[in-house]
Amino acid sequence: MSAGVFSEMRVLLRPKWLAARRRRSTKGRAGRLLVLVGIGSAAWPLIYLAIVRLLSMLRGIEEIGPLLASRLLGLGLLLFLGILLLSNLIASLSSFFLARDLDAIRAAPVDWLSLYSARLFETTVNSSWMVLLILLPVFAAYGHVYGGGVLFFAVVVAAMIPFLVIPATVGSAVTLLLVRMIPARRSRDMLAITSLVAAALLVLVLRTLRPERLVNPETFRNLVDFLAVLRGPATPWLPSGWGADVVMGSLVGSLDPFHLVLLWSTAAATFVIGAALHYRLYPGCFTRAQEGSDSRLRRHAGWVWFERVLRPLGIQRRELILKDVRVFFRDPTQWSQLIILAVLVVVYVYNMRVLPLQSGAMITRFLITLVVFLNLVLTGFILAAIAARFVFPMLSLEGRTLWLLRSAPVDTSTLLAMKFRIGVVLLTGLALVLSITTGLLLGVPGGLFALNLLAIVGFGSAFTAQALAWGILYPQFESENAAQIPTSLGGLLFMLGALATLGLVTVAQVWSLRGFLVSGLPGREPRTAMAMELWMGAGLTVLLCVVATVIPYRLAAARLSKIGRWSAGG
Amino acid sequence: MIVLSQLTKRYGDFTAVDAIDLQIAAGEIFGLLGPNGAGKTTTLRMIAGIIEPDSGSVRIAGNDIVQDPLAARRVLGFVPDRPFVYEKLTGAELLRFTAGLFSLSGPDVESRIEELLGLWELLPWRDQLVESYSHGMRQKLIISSALVHQPDVLVIDEPMVGLDPRSARLLKDLLRSYADGGGTVLLSTHTLELAETVCDRLAVIDHCLVVAGGTMADLRRTASAEDAGLEEVFLRITRGASDAEIDRVLGR
Repeated sequence: MSAGVFSEMRVLLRPKWLAARRRRSTKGRAGRLLVLVGIGSAAWPLIYLAIVRLLSMLRGIEEIGPLLASRLLGLGLLLFLGILLLSNLIASLSSFFLARDLDAIRAAPVDWLSLYSARLFETTVNSSWMVLLILLPVFAAYGHVYGGGVLFFAVVVAAMIPFLVIPATVGSAVTLLLVRMIPARRSRDMLAITSLVAAALLVLVLRTLRPERLVNPETFRNLVDFLAVLRGPATPWLPSGWGADVVMGSLVGSLDPFHLVLLWSTAAATFVIGAALHYRLYPGCFTRAQEGSDSRLRRHAGWVWFERVLRPLGIQRRELILKDVRVFFRDPTQWSQLIILAVLVVVYVYNMRVLPLQSGAMITRFLITLVVFLNLVLTGFILAAIAARFVFPMLSLEGRTLWLLRSAPVDTSTLLAMKFRIGVVLLTGLALVLSITTGLLLGVPGGLFALNLLAIVGFGSAFTAQALAWGILYPQFESENAAQIPTSLGGLLFMLGALATLGLVTVAQVWSLRGFLVSGLPGREPRTAMAMELWMGAGLTVLLCVVATVIPYRLAAARLSKIGRWSAGG
Repeated sequence: MIVLSQLTKRYGDFTAVDAIDLQIAAGEIFGLLGPNGAGKTTTLRMIAGIIEPDSGSVRIAGNDIVQDPLAARRVLGFVPDRPFVYEKLTGAELLRFTAGLFSLSGPDVESRIEELLGLWELLPWRDQLVESYSHGMRQKLIISSALVHQPDVLVIDEPMVGLDPRSARLLKDLLRSYADGGGTVLLSTHTLELAETVCDRLAVIDHCLVVAGGTMADLRRTASAEDAGLEEVFLRITRGASDAEIDRVLGR
């Protein structure tokens, strides 16, 4: 690339950089930064310590310890690669096709390569920063346990740059091709197709991992087979495998530069192919993406029925809910995410079904009870992910149209209450379906089942309140793409808060039932959970969930009522 | 009907609106004029209850917009300067939603929606998503949404944006009839022709202060330009760019 391209790139990226800097320096941001630093300083050590502990355990296992550590890193990077690809697909739709400054840039004499490079850089940063933040303590833990020095961290940096660039170039190119393939006027609907692609990728990733094989060694004929599977690269054709090999190689003294070269050359090749596609296709695709949908909508019988159901709420509340539901189902950037979540849920339930709980004498009742709690954690995690996707953006999506609500006789508390109701109904409904299905598949005993259901209903309201609170504390009023809103800092903070709630409730339940849990260990007298233990678990669950709902809800209400104090005037 | 007392808004060290006093009676059309960044939009957004003042008060039909916001907003119709609306609702749905915010629904609202869309020639687009509307069509839709609940007070920021000449004429006639029927209109505009022909009284805001106000005759006297049109009066009051400055910019 010539110096002219770099100079133009600097010009194109400068407004973004200045906007980001000013966002940081705006009044009130200091407090939020403190919250971020606070939560970060709590989350990082946790991730770091958990991985250090795990790696230390693995290191103690002769022969297969380093192999398992390498495989673990490969699987982690594979998961992150999938997340990055999906994230880049969504982000590139915004940066290449929906951003409001594109009209002005396209009207200016800007070189195509400069535009491509600048937007690719922006897409990469927007999609990757969160993954990078999570990877940081992971690499630090690997470096610590295996005694990696300066060379290790240099290798990590050298491997991670192309690792992040590859999904960005591939994601941008796929978005470009999808916009080209979809008929004009419907190009904004491409996110639905993107979601299908992502869903297919997710299934592929999960099938590649085949986790049930590793927990059920009986499927291997002998130890040699097991070792052979571990020794072979997990994904020899994917950058995640190359990255893991490079990083582990530098730690155990067998660094093979071939994989590093492979990473960089693949990044360069995908960049060149992406640029060529951009040169050929972008002008036409951009034109197609500008046309609005021409769909003519009549009042569907379903809506009339839904309106009737909501009638008891009164006119104002009914219209607020109807509006949100209509906008949701007509905006592909919102509803298309349902596809991914549906796949996630199906895969999850399937995995629960294939868990080898009833086979083999090695599995104790203690382990089975642990799986029940693991199920609670994973169901909670899915709920948190759904809340991040659908509830967190709710208030941000009102941003540019907030004038209508603010100038109408609508109390902010009514507005919040309606959003809360929508969120609670969505999350609790899904939570109950998930919990009851998986609970029945696992054969959870009655008392424990009730306790799990109580927790999951509590998570429904707690996560909704927290998502609304973080959503109004970190609003993304100017976002052009609903799918991108949860990838913001506020979205990350919400996830961390929700996971903390999830952890606390689970720990409280495990602590209350510790006597019952221990009774399931080999050599102990097995017994059922006592009523006292169950009541204590239920009490703590209710207490924690009420606190985790009421505090954020009040915070959101207070913040929303003050919205007139800080929203800028013209 | 609208009373502003010492209305003030600051953003950090910057004062956007400084102690404005205004009284607008029922049946009156009042125009706010001023250069870009003078504080007109901020003033209108405070009147509509979108942003809160730092000091001073806004009373609409006797109700304080901060103390009793719901009562004040119940009689208010607001048209913002930028026509942002829910892109994924149809025109009819948006009007139904706005009526719902004012707790109105049923056959009366449906016939009102037909009436308003018909007036602005939007009936063929009533079931189209707003995202497919042109800028002018959105403006017509937003004006309709401000009128759907038959408010006593209309606050309009830049009403002419995107309107074709026929619609612009329709708007002028509509505002006049609305005021003649007892409604109060406060509008901010850069279209001096609109201000001159429609407004009963005007105020000029410059650098966050009201620098002149009154009828057209009062403004002419203030500007010492007895026979001049509003454009000349406005430029004298706000000290517009000189010919020399224009020549310099154009490199002459």
